Amino acid sequence: MSRDAVERRIFGALRPVIIAVLLIVTVFPFYYMVMLSFRPLDSVLQNPGALWPAWNEIDLGTYSDVLKSTEDGGQGFLTFIRNSLLVALGTVVLTLVVSIPGAYAVSRLEFFGRRQISALFLGVYFFPAILLAIPLFVFFTRIGQRGTLTGLLVVYVAQVAAVSIYMLRNYFDTIPASLEEAAEIDGCRRLQAMWHVSLPLALPAIASNALFIFMIAWNEFLFALLFLVERRDNWTVSLGLSQLAGSIEVPTTVLMAGSVILTLPIVVMFFLSERWLAGGLTAGAEKG
Amino acid sequence: MGPGRRQREVSVRSTEDRRTGYLLISPTFVIVFVLVVLPILWTFSLAFQQVRLLNLRTTGIIGDYSLDNFVTVLTSDGFVDALVTTLVYSVGGTACAIGLGLVAALALRTPFRGRGLVRAAMLLPYVAPVVAATFVWATLLNPQFGLVNHYGTSLLGWSEPIAFLTSSESASIFGLDLHISTALFSVVLFEGWRSFPFAFLFITARMQAIPETYEEAAVVDGAAPTQRFRHIVLPQLLPTIAVLTVLRFIWTFNNFDDIYLLTGGGAGTRVVTVRVYDYLINRGDIGAAAAQALVLAAILAVLVGVYLKFFGRSEEQA
Repeated sequence: MSRDAVERRIFGALRPVIIAVLLIVTVFPFYYMVMLSFRPLDSVLQNPGALWPAWNEIDLGTYSDVLKSTEDGGQGFLTFIRNSLLVALGTVVLTLVVSIPGAYAVSRLEFFGRRQISALFLGVYFFPAILLAIPLFVFFTRIGQRGTLTGLLVVYVAQVAAVSIYMLRNYFDTIPASLEEAAEIDGCRRLQAMWHVSLPLALPAIASNALFIFMIAWNEFLFALLFLVERRDNWTVSLGLSQLAGSIEVPTTVLMAGSVILTLPIVVMFFLSERWLAGGLTAGAEKG
Repeated sequence: MGPGRRQREVSVRSTEDRRTGYLLISPTFVIVFVLVVLPILWTFSLAFQQVRLLNLRTTGIIGDYSLDNFVTVLTSDGFVDALVTTLVYSVGGTACAIGLGLVAALALRTPFRGRGLVRAAMLLPYVAPVVAATFVWATLLNPQFGLVNHYGTSLLGWSEPIAFLTSSESASIFGLDLHISTALFSVVLFEGWRSFPFAFLFITARMQAIPETYEEAAVVDGAAPTQRFRHIVLPQLLPTIAVLTVLRFIWTFNNFDDIYLLTGGGAGTRVVTVRVYDYLINRGDIGAAAAQALVLAAILAVLVGVYLKFFGRSEEQA
């Protein structure tokens, strides 16, 4: 047998094995998360190796435990969800309000310092968050805004606006300027042309950008920890889970329910948007 | 219309464009300037002063500047250890992520039923919230009731459960001593698990752009799969891999969340970012924290600079 035939046979046999292993490694932890959230803690301790819950032991009480407020004997995740949603949605709206015009300007308009500003914005993306965390922690402590959701939101906007501009700029670059010029010949002013011509064309990119920002804000941990840790009523879902994970009083299965609540919105959004996002991105690539 | 009039119109338009440009960019610029650029500059000021959480309200821009914080930080116990740990973690994590990403991209290269779904599933570790991912892994690896230790002891014949995240004993695989603690080894693998999808995405995109004719020609010439990979696919991927290396290295080097959440910086996993957090919050020594963060950023800048100097050419091709 030739080397080619031998190798083809080996790799042909290896490929499904590798794919299966990769699938198990990526999907199983999430399956395990969901499964543990359905099982009572006693049964997990007695039978840690179970790969699926027994029918008679499935128990959704963990979810009500984790969602209920602390006064009702729960962990108060409903409040955390509200906080996370407020911060994440607020970050999305505020960031887009500043970054859409900004991206348009960087993409289309000649002005002095345009390149330097782009470079500055990109630099923000690579900057160590922990370095930035120190002065912001000190600053917000001093003005008495540490511990508020507004303070956290403002910090998030500052960090994602730059990335958002960078991503949207690439998309605006793919929309032919001639389309706007045509509109301007028809008597549109520059901003009107942007509003009526380029913005509708950029909607898929803006939507995917919005999802991206939402995911960053929803998943963020370091600044939430630094800003909100002393204020339980303002905890985000991420922070709440991480703080309660350290205590022995809260059963692991209840916290697994909390993990599912934290992860599910992101995974659902990701799968729903994946096709649509990929479509939007390739459409942009083709135009370039 | 005379030429002079036309010229004036053009310059009117470009002046207007410039004004509009400044108008549209200024909100973002102001936000980034106030909340990113100024704070960074302020970090320098903090790093040269004796600022503590307790005397925070009385310190200003003008104060007693000295190099004390830097001296304290650089000569303190554990700084060099933390730096070495950070390097091991960054290099190991980057290598795992890119290696795994490459394997995944190659395995999913030829189409099959359900490939789209498998690809989407590969991205799960990357999009999932870090707190949930670390919590589920901490549970999986738990020595008392974690699934990994359960099957490790019952099926793989481990003599006792392994404390993956709290053991500072030296890790070894197949009898080979790795000279790093078990916990550090675990967090490096976790980093590979969590960020390989990023490498997988980039490498897949680049692979799709390789013209099919190259490999078809090689097949006609009788090249075996490994030869085609070595001589056709890999050279095409190298610039992408070089860029990925820089990006992943920077992000892993600056990473705080994963280690803090998995081990809290214990058992030989104390990276510099965790140390900075410790100085800032637990010791309340803002000046020392700032000095340490600046040292971290400077080292990173030097490392990336050196890398770009040696591999800069391949970056440009990417």
